[in-house]
Amino acid sequence: MSAALVIFFALAALAVIGSISLIIQREPIHSALSLIVVMVALAGLYLLMGAEFVAAVQIIVYGGAIMVLFVFVIMLLNAGEEERTNFSKLATFAGIPLALAVTGFIAAAIVHSSGALPAAMPKGALTDTRTLSTLLFSDFVYPFELTSFMILIAILGAIVLAQREN
Amino acid sequence: MVPTNYYLILSAILFGLGIIAFVFKRNIIAIFMAIELMLNAVNLAFVAFSQSLGKVDGEVFVLFVIVVAAAEAAVGLGIIIMTARTRRTLNVERADLLKL
Repeated sequence: MSAALVIFFALAALAVIGSISLIIQREPIHSALSLIVVMVALAGLYLLMGAEFVAAVQIIVYGGAIMVLFVFVIMLLNAGEEERTNFSKLATFAGIPLALAVTGFIAAAIVHSSGALPAAMPKGALTDTRTLSTLLFSDFVYPFELTSFMILIAILGAIVLAQREN
Repeated sequence: MVPTNYYLILSAILFGLGIIAFVFKRNIIAIFMAIELMLNAVNLAFVAFSQSLGKVDGEVFVLFVIVVAAAEAAVGLGIIIMTARTRRTLNVERADLLKL
């Protein structure tokens, strides 16, 4: 078993345990901390794959900015322990089979088509950030500009939604 | 080297756990976090395909997904704050009317 495989299984176990913890925890703040664990584990997996820039962005934007926003809102609304209602028991009978079916279907499709994909990662080569930025500002320049408009609209929307009504 | 399939199956598992969280959680903020978990699972699949095929396009897609997730979090949390103010609860069961 190579070192990369050991690191992969350690990080994968961390991500899965964090996701299960997100489901089990009753307090929203504990769920948020579990989600941060999942995101850091995924950043490690990106590094293992050689996607260094995506790993850094994952830590800074997801683990930093977005989760800080979540924690702020949880503290602002003083969100306590969530209450269980009757519908949650219905979700037990409908939700788990649904999720298992979706996961099994995707996994079966992956295993079935495993011959089509190149089996392994390129020889440990890190993706050049220069290549990434060149592609982003040449082929994907219109989507890039559109996302800047989208962020502008999101800022306006957030301000309009969050302001107190007079 | 880790086979690409391992990453894809991990991505499928994380997506399934995200669905379970989405169906199970009653707190609106926790449901929102389940959506973020599913987006993360898709990102993992994108990067795995990108590295496997030796093309950088998948990583550019991941950057766009992260930008959209950030904008979604800003707007979504604004909506959550507004509904929490008017209804005085975070339980989605008690928010069953379209009007405020």
